[in-house]
Amino acid sequence: MNKIKIKKPGLLSTIQDAGRWGFQKYGMPVSGAMDLYSLEIANQLVGNNLNEACIEATIDGPTIEFLNDGLIAICGADMQATLDGNDIEMYKTIRVNKGSNLSFKGLKTGLRTYIAFSGGINVPMVMGSKSTYLRGKIGGFQGRKLQKEDEIEIGTFNKNLDLNKVPKNKIPVYKEYFTARIIPGPEAGHFTVKELADFLNSEYTLTEQCDRMGYRLTGTKIGHRSADMISSGIAFGTIQVPSHGEPIIMMADRQTIGGYTRIGNIVSEDLPYIAQLKPGDKISFKEVKLNDIY
Amino acid sequence: MLKYFPLGDTAFLIKIGNDISTETHIKVQNFTKLLEEKKLKGIIEVTPAYNEILISYNPGVLNYKELIGELKKLEKEEITQNKEPKRTLYIPVCYEAEYALDMEIVASENNISINEVVKIHTSGEYLVYMLGFTPGFCYLGGMDQKIATPRKETPRALIESGSVGIAGKQTGIYPIDSPGGWQIIGKTPLELFNPESEPYFFIEPGNYLKFYEISKSEFETIKKQVEQNSFVIKTEIRDE
Repeated sequence: MNKIKIKKPGLLSTIQDAGRWGFQKYGMPVSGAMDLYSLEIANQLVGNNLNEACIEATIDGPTIEFLNDGLIAICGADMQATLDGNDIEMYKTIRVNKGSNLSFKGLKTGLRTYIAFSGGINVPMVMGSKSTYLRGKIGGFQGRKLQKEDEIEIGTFNKNLDLNKVPKNKIPVYKEYFTARIIPGPEAGHFTVKELADFLNSEYTLTEQCDRMGYRLTGTKIGHRSADMISSGIAFGTIQVPSHGEPIIMMADRQTIGGYTRIGNIVSEDLPYIAQLKPGDKISFKEVKLNDIY
Repeated sequence: MLKYFPLGDTAFLIKIGNDISTETHIKVQNFTKLLEEKKLKGIIEVTPAYNEILISYNPGVLNYKELIGELKKLEKEEITQNKEPKRTLYIPVCYEAEYALDMEIVASENNISINEVVKIHTSGEYLVYMLGFTPGFCYLGGMDQKIATPRKETPRALIESGSVGIAGKQTGIYPIDSPGGWQIIGKTPLELFNPESEPYFFIEPGNYLKFYEISKSEFETIKKQVEQNSFVIKTEIRDE
């Protein structure tokens, strides 16, 4: 049985896959990786199914000891990964030996990094997914974030795998501002032309109230006739405008039902970049038509 | 005529009505069941709410336009008639003081006795319009306004799962431990959400709930049976 041992957990490290789909009608949030692009590409590098679970590390990376030989890949935020003290490349298949230690020197760009293990992570499937849903205390490793001394079972690595590298043009560059493309939402009509223009022409700042559930933004307040609507479904990247007028972006652990006007929705290709923004970073929005992005 | 609104490029909404009513609810339920039966390719998940249905889809299989085309064919099907028999689930609730933290507030707010609160709460039959907010939380309709009570000004940091409360004109059950501002009038020993084994949830949108009063010792007995998976929830099924 192959295992890894957590020697230092980092600020918020959880096990996440592509999400717990199929139970939203019972109020079950989807959860899963905030940055699905990094999750998939890291899995691809180690020969896993693209939806396999990885460790999602936030701000401050963990220190992990490998209790067996294996193959790993690190994608997403640059936290300056090292293996036994030597710098290692991201976006590349990396060989690790029994007894070696992976650690991170500190965050340089982005916010969340994904560590994929060839053979996957062997935590139990809960309702069809390995994702940790922290508020519900389910999934992942015992329904919680990783802690010191946790020993996590991983699969057997693929010995025949070619070591791979992601081409430079496929590696995202994270900055401290991002212009997200949005498709107008079902309540876009609740706003006047001026109110919509205020939203699209302003730059918003991520507040400290940003987590896996959603991001509260601060900036130009958007006026509207009524913030409340009959509570209904929301999606990854839905932007809601409550009565105070400052938008909220719904993220991976979003509740299934929301009661505030949905002004727009960030396109799926841009969400991985949103997942890498941190409090204090800036975001602005650009309207696109659904037909333009297919 | 149904209306369609994109919610980004991997989800869209079907708007069935403009209100919270049993008529709209029946249409939402019927169209949801139709979609679940047809299993259209590309659709990942169907999430019904009060007056809309959220469709999560994979645009790599069928794009928005193509899916809407498929859905428009289904619009011809009859969805206004209630086709399902009425299913009422009986939920045991202990209203004794230990679990009914705010019972006195609810009684005094409405100028009635505690016994009357219990009598009114247990005489209603509540429609499960939808589930959401937290796993297993039911949005219920049909509470008698004689026991309506505003939320607490300062929410509690922790309300235990199973707690039954009132918030304004609504009643509901907390399925998981969570903070909350509802006025708590009792507790059920049932588990509305059990991630360990199927069925994870026993209440479906469209079910009716009826509360019945149990004593503290009955609460303990049922709780043990729930833990041993031997408790059978009384269910009444009848054609309307």
